[in-house]
Amino acid sequence: MTALDLDHLVQPDRVHRSVYTDQALFDLEMENMFEKTWVYCGHESQVKAVGDYHTLHIGRQPMVMVRDRDQSIRVLYNRCPHRGVQLCGTHSGNTGSGFVCPYHAWSFHLNGQVRAIPLAKGYDGTRMKLDDPQASMVPAARVDSYRGFVFASLSPEGPSLQEFLGEAKVAFDDMCDRSPVGEVEVVPVCHRVVQHSNWKFFMENQLDALHPSVTHQSTGVSARRIEERVKKNQGSAPLYFHYLSTFASSFDQWDSVQTVNFPYGHGILKAYMGLRPTDPDTVEYEGLLKKAYGEEKAEEYLSRSIHHVLIYPYLSVQSPLQQLRCLRPIAPDKTLSEIWHFRLKGAPEAIYRRALWYFNLVNSPATMINADDLENWTRGQWGLQSKGGEWVSFHRNMGGDTETNGVAYSNNGTSEVVMRNQFKAWQAYIRPAVQPAVSVA
Amino acid sequence: MSKTTLTTQQALGSGVIIEAVHSMTGAESIAPDHMGRACVPAQGYVPQTAAQVDPALMHQVQTLLFRQAAMLDAKCWADWMALFTDDGVYWMPSNPDQTDWASQPSIFAEDPLLMEVRMGRLQHPNAWSQAANWSTNHIVGNVMIEHIEKDALEVYSRFHMMELRRDNVRHFAGSYRHSLVRVGSDWKIKLQRVDMSNAQGAYDYVIQAWV
Repeated sequence: MTALDLDHLVQPDRVHRSVYTDQALFDLEMENMFEKTWVYCGHESQVKAVGDYHTLHIGRQPMVMVRDRDQSIRVLYNRCPHRGVQLCGTHSGNTGSGFVCPYHAWSFHLNGQVRAIPLAKGYDGTRMKLDDPQASMVPAARVDSYRGFVFASLSPEGPSLQEFLGEAKVAFDDMCDRSPVGEVEVVPVCHRVVQHSNWKFFMENQLDALHPSVTHQSTGVSARRIEERVKKNQGSAPLYFHYLSTFASSFDQWDSVQTVNFPYGHGILKAYMGLRPTDPDTVEYEGLLKKAYGEEKAEEYLSRSIHHVLIYPYLSVQSPLQQLRCLRPIAPDKTLSEIWHFRLKGAPEAIYRRALWYFNLVNSPATMINADDLENWTRGQWGLQSKGGEWVSFHRNMGGDTETNGVAYSNNGTSEVVMRNQFKAWQAYIRPAVQPAVSVA
Repeated sequence: MSKTTLTTQQALGSGVIIEAVHSMTGAESIAPDHMGRACVPAQGYVPQTAAQVDPALMHQVQTLLFRQAAMLDAKCWADWMALFTDDGVYWMPSNPDQTDWASQPSIFAEDPLLMEVRMGRLQHPNAWSQAANWSTNHIVGNVMIEHIEKDALEVYSRFHMMELRRDNVRHFAGSYRHSLVRVGSDWKIKLQRVDMSNAQGAYDYVIQAWV
């Protein structure tokens, strides 16, 4: 593919259907986006003790995140340098003081350095030397963390983690600041759901304010009906009904919600749920925050207008309810999402229960919300595989957004600036691969 | 490679016998005593058995369990919900070691009001995921009454559910634990606990209705 082709495929107001369906383009994405940029590995509380590990994929690469003896967190390729066998065979666990290959017992320290090779004399006089990096597990080129959230990049070059996150780092600030001690802890249950559609369907959908009242009409209407009945009978209804009933809002209401679109394709859908009731639990909790941070700061933290934050191209963080969903693309038409939630350290149990209810009702594998998202994306994938049309339209409100310092603020919640901004970033990732920099002699 | 005049015939004429001895290969560094997994606590739940079970009671309980499964397969949602007490709970934990439906993450944690939300969604004409062919078939068996009181029973059973959605078949299987209470001449479900063997597997699409 040439740069000319790229400009044809991804235009400011529309993209060619093949960016969702083509295997060669998917491979380019894996190589130039996922396997270069900073990718979320997990939260440090997932690997508390020395030897605790968690396996994950960065693009197509099987990796393991592990707590080293010096308390640092390492991210290594989950691969024995001898014959390539994966060293960790499950999602998480404790590997003791090192890794041992289940095939020929090569062993490695927790930083990936080779520790012992059986009958090592067998390598005398060969190219395989113990002090050769090729005898050790290969580490990710860069590992960094922000407020306990660990990322790795398989490329030694590129922006720092903080540069990459930019203002979207508010995803983690907003989550942690809501704890009186400024920290969160993972709840060790990860739900995994496979969608039969391209990963971009998920990323676009997350900030697509036109879809909720259509896609989720059945659930929104049903929840609102029961919520209203409970309110009528008991005066108030549990907050979790609201998590579902807000989906049944009007187009006009959704159009009034703003999206904020950052460099690198990141973005924010601002708040619409109003999660500050005045019940005793909330009053107690807000009191704890005020005590910890002072009136002004606590108010700033509590009133941040965020529904969720996207870290492009793979992460959706619903910070006010401590939810996190991470995409691991498998194929052009197959994507795994890993779904986690967190506990605000030092916050009352009742506040955790709100995150728990959201996790149960919206993010569990029995979700009444994503049931219809996944159905629509599958049908979307099939539609884009057809020859019934070549283009995917992102024309809505084009030219109607406000851009300041590289950040695009929508003036209509349903503006497709979200997708336009994501594809701007997509193009920036892919372009160097198809248009190598010309050296100036 | 050093050059010799060794022939294959000569090479095959000698050899060593490997014996099973207590040798260290290096792989033991994870568990030098070879006993690592023995320390891992058993997972799941082994049912108790009630001392004596009246066959008529067993018949009544089995009929209830088989009918609740048949109602799900027949999509008779309202009839199925009517099997529960007013404070009944349908609970599918994330892990078999969970003990409390309200404080730990679940796949399902629904009281009658939330069941009604789910039923309302399934019956709504714009529940898009319901456009595709979708049906289930449950088999329920291994029924054991674990504990009997005058007006309360604890019942253990196992299930296997096949699901057809569009052109794909999935299987879900596990155990039920029913807490039943007597209401008039009937038994009603106070808690239906569903421990699914594949609860923590990756879900290919989601689960739309109760299992």
